[in-house]
Amino acid sequence: MWGLTGGNQPVLQKSVDDWNQANPNKSIKLDFFANDAYKTKVRTAVGAGEGPTFIYGWGGGVLKSYVDAGQVDDLSTFIKDNPQVKDRYLPSVLKNGEVNGKTYALPNNNVQPVVLYFNKDVFDKVGVQPPKTWDELMALVPKFKEAGVAPFSLGGQSKWPDLMWLEYLVERIGGPEVFANIAANKPGAWSDPAVKEALTKIQDLADAGGFINGFSSIAADSNADQALMYTGKAAMILQGGWIYQGMKKDAADFVKSGKLGYTTFPTVSGGKGDPADVVGNPSNFWSISAKATDAQKKAALDYVKDGMFTDANTDALISSGAVPVVKGIEDKLAASPDKDFLTFVYGLAKNAPSFTLSWDQALSPAQGDAMLSNLDQIFLKKISPDQFISTMNATIGK
Amino acid sequence: MTALGSANRGVRDAGPSGWLAFPALVFFLAFAVVPLIGVVFLSFTSWNGLGEIRLDGLSSWTTVLTDPVTGNALVVTAKIMLFSFIVQAPISLLLGVFTAGGQKYRAALAVLYFLPLLLSSAAVAIAFKALLDPNFGLGPGFNLPILAQDWLGNSDLVLFVVVFVIAWQFVPFHTLIYQGGVRQIPTSLYEAAEIDGAGRFRQFWNITLPQLKYTIITSSTLMVVGSLAYFDLIFVLTGGGPGYSTRLLPLHMYLTGFKANDMGAASALGVILVVIGLGLALILQRLGGKNRNASQLEGA
Repeated sequence: MWGLTGGNQPVLQKSVDDWNQANPNKSIKLDFFANDAYKTKVRTAVGAGEGPTFIYGWGGGVLKSYVDAGQVDDLSTFIKDNPQVKDRYLPSVLKNGEVNGKTYALPNNNVQPVVLYFNKDVFDKVGVQPPKTWDELMALVPKFKEAGVAPFSLGGQSKWPDLMWLEYLVERIGGPEVFANIAANKPGAWSDPAVKEALTKIQDLADAGGFINGFSSIAADSNADQALMYTGKAAMILQGGWIYQGMKKDAADFVKSGKLGYTTFPTVSGGKGDPADVVGNPSNFWSISAKATDAQKKAALDYVKDGMFTDANTDALISSGAVPVVKGIEDKLAASPDKDFLTFVYGLAKNAPSFTLSWDQALSPAQGDAMLSNLDQIFLKKISPDQFISTMNATIGK
Repeated sequence: MTALGSANRGVRDAGPSGWLAFPALVFFLAFAVVPLIGVVFLSFTSWNGLGEIRLDGLSSWTTVLTDPVTGNALVVTAKIMLFSFIVQAPISLLLGVFTAGGQKYRAALAVLYFLPLLLSSAAVAIAFKALLDPNFGLGPGFNLPILAQDWLGNSDLVLFVVVFVIAWQFVPFHTLIYQGGVRQIPTSLYEAAEIDGAGRFRQFWNITLPQLKYTIITSSTLMVVGSLAYFDLIFVLTGGGPGYSTRLLPLHMYLTGFKANDMGAASALGVILVVIGLGLALILQRLGGKNRNASQLEGA
């Protein structure tokens, strides 16, 4: 089993340790890798037939490419035989592990919607309120700049934090159908006016100085982007739910004293999207390698059945500041010291009419790579929205 | 002289037995030639790293050759090659000549200059990334506005920053080559020049430089062909960004292969890279002249 470094690392480690102690004959060996390195490594390893039994993923286009290559097992029978496994999940999350109506991946940790975090100290100092609409957001920019604070922090070097802006703006302006068409590889799907409007808004915000100086050399993998927000150098940051876990550890006082604010992404006037829609990662998933031996597969499925989301595992996730993707945990969340954030996230995920998976995971790897590089150019104003759209239309179906 | 003796001499003139090259040849075949053939083959297929490898004719080649990013990668590579050469060659030549002197302080300085060579590229890149960070780096740290540029985030600056970091890492290596070259120049040449009344500059220009001709060719070949292989340092430092500003050919190949998972196109890029590398190495060897095996050293 290969896992990711970061907020969930100790939780997963403990879950596997407990499992190994209780089931020495079905023990699991666990290694951790950094996010970007993992994504490259696992694909190469699986392609070479050297992959782990448990394949950690995000669902979406990448999962589909594994399914198409016959590298992961169909788990439909497994969940039919073990209804308790299926029943424990939030249904909207479970869907992201399905390809062509069959289940190939099961959620393994927490819901990770993208939310707008802000530093309450900075907002109090400048005397403003968090933005509810895009116009309010744009109006805040000069106020923060005057106070010598960057309006938004952004880990632009990692590229995927840029994408969150595009995802939410397209969602708010055009609704979830716009990206659904893109993901379905409909020809010319990127030409939807919502995409152009979203890209134009991003460039307007960049022009107005909305993003912190040097954002394109800030890496999100080192958590520098969130550090800028909690140290007060930037007022806000649009990031995934997972950075709460990081801040809880790195900036414990900041989080504990209630200085961390969070809210939903602002609405755009005239936009078609439901303000309750969210984007992000519904969860991470386990798939079972088709190349594993029968004994390995059996041990893996046993772990999925009995080792995951045990009470101890669920509690550990909650106390790390995460919302597990299981039903009926409202009481546990409410009893947690992080209850405000956790119930906020749980509510977001549960009540969202649409929960769009991060585009770089939803699309095929070739499309995702082209999209991130071109979006980077949009933020830097090296290309125009029209250029972005025509380049991306050319990747449809790749 | 007996017949036996002349037979022996014949063997010696032919050089050492060709079998001595055998182990090296096996490794070269297994780890260079065979993969190379594999890459050429893959460039005519389409493969996403998983599943079937499908023969796909020239489609990877047309993708690669019509993609503006490839052209941009070639330009970035050429720029980095050129600037690296312009920066590194004179500095290492002068440092090499300087450290070749026998004085104690020069030996001490040589050790210092040598240090960056001991560090791995990834470590160098991480260190510079931290130092150049626009919010937590040197500039804000010492409150020096001049250092507080967005070194790695500004598309116009970043190329020169990369050239600088490459130079920082590789100048010591070339200095070492030049130092060795200078130390091999017979002192009698300088003594003669001194008697003839040549000054330091004349000595450098008329003796040191011509005597270093082959050292210069060696070092330049390594610099130019080596810049086709800069990957780790730039990958960690900028990841090819911002945008495509530092996405040079080897990095473009890697990202195409392992991020976009288009092994066919990545292999086509690999072939282009090999052709350019071999071409450059050949041209530089030619510059050395036909009689390059003849030594210029005194008495040889």
